[in-house]
Amino acid sequence: MIKFIERLGTFNHYKPLLQQLVMKDIKLKYRRSFLGYVWSILNPLMIMIIMVLVFSNMFRFDIENFPVYLITGQTIFNFVSEATNQALFSITGNAALLKKTYVPKYIFTVSKVTSSFVNTLFALGAMLIVFVVCHVRFQIYMLFIPIILVQVYIFCVGLGLILAQATVFFRDVQYIYAAVLTAWMYLTPIFYPITQLPFELMWMIKHFNPLYSYITQLRTIVLDGIFPDPRLVIYGFIVAFVSLVIGTWVFMKNQDRFILYI
Amino acid sequence: MRENDYAVIVENATVRFNMASERIDNLKEYFVKLMKRELMFKEFLALKDVSLKVKKGEAWGIVGTNGSGKSTLLKLICGILKPYKGTVTINGSIAPLIELGAGFDGDLTARENIYLNGAVLGYDSKFMEGHFEEIVDFAELQDFLDMPIKNYSSGMAARLGFAIATIVRPDILICDEVLAVGDYAFQQKCERRMSEMREFGTTLLYVSHSIDSVKEVCDHALWLDRGTVQMNGKVDRVCDAYMKELKE
Repeated sequence: MIKFIERLGTFNHYKPLLQQLVMKDIKLKYRRSFLGYVWSILNPLMIMIIMVLVFSNMFRFDIENFPVYLITGQTIFNFVSEATNQALFSITGNAALLKKTYVPKYIFTVSKVTSSFVNTLFALGAMLIVFVVCHVRFQIYMLFIPIILVQVYIFCVGLGLILAQATVFFRDVQYIYAAVLTAWMYLTPIFYPITQLPFELMWMIKHFNPLYSYITQLRTIVLDGIFPDPRLVIYGFIVAFVSLVIGTWVFMKNQDRFILYI
Repeated sequence: MRENDYAVIVENATVRFNMASERIDNLKEYFVKLMKRELMFKEFLALKDVSLKVKKGEAWGIVGTNGSGKSTLLKLICGILKPYKGTVTINGSIAPLIELGAGFDGDLTARENIYLNGAVLGYDSKFMEGHFEEIVDFAELQDFLDMPIKNYSSGMAARLGFAIATIVRPDILICDEVLAVGDYAFQQKCERRMSEMREFGTTLLYVSHSIDSVKEVCDHALWLDRGTVQMNGKVDRVCDAYMKELKE
């Protein structure tokens, strides 16, 4: 317990660093590009439009308000994919710094997930535009959306910590994870309705793919205009915290050996 | 002697490294090694059973040939490395000057890097704002503030790094051969700032290959040879013995 409070104190001490690192990522992302931050909104919009064209002409699914269906799934998935991918390299990428000064190592992982979170907030702008264009009714339940994002954020921090520490010892993880992400994308109902799947697969996804829970929470609010199933919300939070606890535990257990491998 | 009178206590510290040749960074190698039961890595001890007690206010020079473990010892004291065996106790704040500007990001401008590097040392942006002028003045880089650091020369980056790392008088200053890149005038300036700090009671740990500079700055010295302590004590005695050994 005392150790925990001590750690919280250290975290507080290094909060400015977290802030600076996040600001650095955001500043550098669009530096020297003409449109700058506008890309954060424009990019998801463009991808969504292409996917809408593909899926309403080439492969057809019977989904009402397909653009909204697509962009909600896409926003959440992109957040997870970007955050975990960045977090994966957060320790190996900062080797130079970690070898020369003492900084709590998890700060780098958390900062990467946080910068992806900020990018996602920009992407919400794109989502908002689609909502307006597609006549989504705005209602009070939308105030719950930040809480969905918090679940995803916590989930990503945990997963990011696991990936970051694993990559230090086995650089192979980066390639494996790239394949895993692709599989994960197809196993998440982003552009198809989950009811299309065979029953067993559907059951598996509903129970073992946390992204299903997060995306469904968002879609229930936006498309159906009702509050999401509380079971989904509880499930979402439990998975997020389990991921955080496991992530923190393996990271703390192995962090003293990082320096020998980076 | 009470514990509190010491700034740094290193007791029987051993630091173990993984030899690069035995490093496993992919799964295939891992399984091959696992099969051959060679997974226990071949260890390399960078420091063996090193003990060092530094009283508050002392200045210690650490001498030794390349690869004798000088930097490893400093990293151990900074907390970058953890001892494999033994203990390290630190009383007070540390300003590590192991590599100046290690926290710099090449794509950011000097102005942005000052805040970033300050944050690496644990200062918030308000504090950095208050000391911004002072840092820029000391580094003498007023004209280059909005230039990305990647366009800086190593000397310029070192100036900035030194200026940031020494804005607050630390209890313990750790200096690892960092001033070698600066020009003569700047080296003098840094040495002045270091001796100012010493007057106010800062403990100094100093690594340099220039024995004259060690003799000038320090009052005690530690001689490391292949990870073990060869000798420690008064600076003149240790340095003379070290030089004699080198010449033989």
